[in-house]
Amino acid sequence: MHGNDATLDEPADDDPAFLALIDDDGRVEPRDAMPQGYRQSLVRQIAQHAHSEIIGMQPEGSWIGRAPSLRRKAILMAKVQDEAGHGLYLYAAAETLGVDRVDLLDRLHAGKQKYSSIFNYPTPTWADIGAIGWLVDGAAITNQVPLTRCSFGPYARAMVRICKEESFHQRQGFEILHTLSHGTTEQHEMAQQAVDRWWWPSLMMFGPADDESPNSARSMRWGIKRFSNDELRQRFVDMTVPQARALGLTLPDPDLAYDEATGHWHFGEIDFSELFDVINGNGPLNAERMAHRRGAHERGAWVRAAADAYAAKHASRSAGTAA
Amino acid sequence: MSAAAGDAVGEVVGSAVGALSGDAAAQPDEVAAYALRLGDDALVLAQRMGEWIAAAPELEEDVALANIALDLLGQARTLLTYAGTADGRTEDELAYLRDAEGFRNVHLVERPDDGDFAYCVARLLGFSAYQVELYARLASSTDHTLAAISAKAVKEVAYHRDHATQWVLRLGDGTEESRIRMQAGLDAVWPYLAELFETDELVARLGDVAVDPAGLHEPALAYVRGVVHQATLSVPEVAVAPGGGRRGEHTDALAPLLAEMQALPRAMPGVRW
Amino acid sequence: MSSRGWPLWEVFVRARRGLAHTHVGSLHAPDAEMAVRNARDVFTRRSEGVSIWVVPAAAITASSPDEKDAFFDPAGDKVYRHPTFYEVPEGVEHL
Repeated sequence: MHGNDATLDEPADDDPAFLALIDDDGRVEPRDAMPQGYRQSLVRQIAQHAHSEIIGMQPEGSWIGRAPSLRRKAILMAKVQDEAGHGLYLYAAAETLGVDRVDLLDRLHAGKQKYSSIFNYPTPTWADIGAIGWLVDGAAITNQVPLTRCSFGPYARAMVRICKEESFHQRQGFEILHTLSHGTTEQHEMAQQAVDRWWWPSLMMFGPADDESPNSARSMRWGIKRFSNDELRQRFVDMTVPQARALGLTLPDPDLAYDEATGHWHFGEIDFSELFDVINGNGPLNAERMAHRRGAHERGAWVRAAADAYAAKHASRSAGTAA
Repeated sequence: MSAAAGDAVGEVVGSAVGALSGDAAAQPDEVAAYALRLGDDALVLAQRMGEWIAAAPELEEDVALANIALDLLGQARTLLTYAGTADGRTEDELAYLRDAEGFRNVHLVERPDDGDFAYCVARLLGFSAYQVELYARLASSTDHTLAAISAKAVKEVAYHRDHATQWVLRLGDGTEESRIRMQAGLDAVWPYLAELFETDELVARLGDVAVDPAGLHEPALAYVRGVVHQATLSVPEVAVAPGGGRRGEHTDALAPLLAEMQALPRAMPGVRW
Repeated sequence: MSSRGWPLWEVFVRARRGLAHTHVGSLHAPDAEMAVRNARDVFTRRSEGVSIWVVPAAAITASSPDEKDAFFDPAGDKVYRHPTFYEVPEGVEHL
């Protein structure tokens, strides 16, 4: 429920009572007093998450018209639609913290807030749609499942719904790649190349290594993050390597090896310089994604204004009685 | 996605999709031709509506338009699957391996809307008003498969019609700018409505299997006119466009739409996706 | 309203007959008629409901977190409201 009147007497970032609540695995709700840093941190993270959902509609959306079977077209449409829904749930969670969706969108459009850099990579072939589902959604789900226990109630609740709905997203991607991998030589090649393109970017989705991640420790102290970037990345690699084998595809990392001692898959060094380049807006498609997004928003302005005007004129009309 | 979940067609009409057979008075290939034209209408409009996903005026509308596109695509899949049983073609062979001349959709659904939301909702209003009347009657078709498909689809298109209605009202009776744009959208769509209601010999020969579209003109247009008036707009007085979609004659908008849609299966024929 | 975006609505869905409407989330819509339709599209696309309520978020009156103690703590010591408070002799049933 929303009541966006933030309390004036905010506790300090290290307020003992607040930290005790977190340590007790308690939940923070919108109208509770909370440290300013906690609120800002959540707004930034939830907004970026929401922006990623709606910008993430584009690389896949461009294939709705070109999906190679009607069944695939229906699945992809439903998936991209889910992403709009997920963006919507997340913006609503952010709004409980006293910000407005319009303002968050304005900040996205002005380039003042980020979205996940993964969506600045191109989708040149149909196999990329499979690779996004399998790897990008797989990584996203690995990140999101612990967020269902995030200390901030509305974010956690949004994530429960999102994780439930996304369970088909990764499977459909896996299925696309499996079909391609076991199809013609040309199709197999297409699948392998897509996996080669998306493997490293999907590992980078977990963020910088723990010792390079300035905000991570604080987020963990506040119960927003439950596991570190490196822990989640390792979990993803461990889940994904056997799946690649089932697909009959290889992962582009010569250092990938199972470590009997730890029970984990060891993987090679990640080249984060590319990630930082992409984060800073130098990704191949950053400008195009933003232009598309701004264009849709600007083209819709007259529609939104018309609906407002109509509502004002017809405000006296009463709605049906609740029952 | 399991194979069971993937087979949307079976889910949609249960066991009702049987192969076309000659047990009724109608010829199987003629029933197939009829199902094909209805299926093509739904498929081509689904393709157009799909262009709106990630481009709608507001997030909520992205979700709403995607629902409509998904309904239409579902209708297309059942109708094309049924049509294909006459000569052993699959829904995908019908959707991806026919040229524009082979498509039997009306021009209304193939016209590009170029990101104009007013055109989008004006077209949806006209088309769904037609579809509501069509499917309501086709639910009593003597062909059980067509009847089952229609009984399900009529609920979907009633929602589409309502959605379009809500927007025409808001845009017509919203701001001065939106009134002008909505009127222009109606004016642009209007010449293409007449083709929906053209009757031909195929429909006549099919008798109670099909619905004569000429009989839908009055109720569908009465609905649309009612909405136009309530939206404080004027019913366009414009010349009727030539039509010919049911005979495979199309505007220059269809070929590029199909070129995009069919590119991949045509480039790599005969493979599974 | 106005250029600051459509107002916020809270959405309640009855999952099936016999259950109460439950809060499922919120969305933006220009008016009540669109809000209930948007709620159908956003929150019931996997057959999650048979009935929907929408309420303007601004119309909700909530208890204040500042009054939390005064509101809710006094109920904490009224243990006699709960059946487990009472001793029932062994062998007595249906009580």
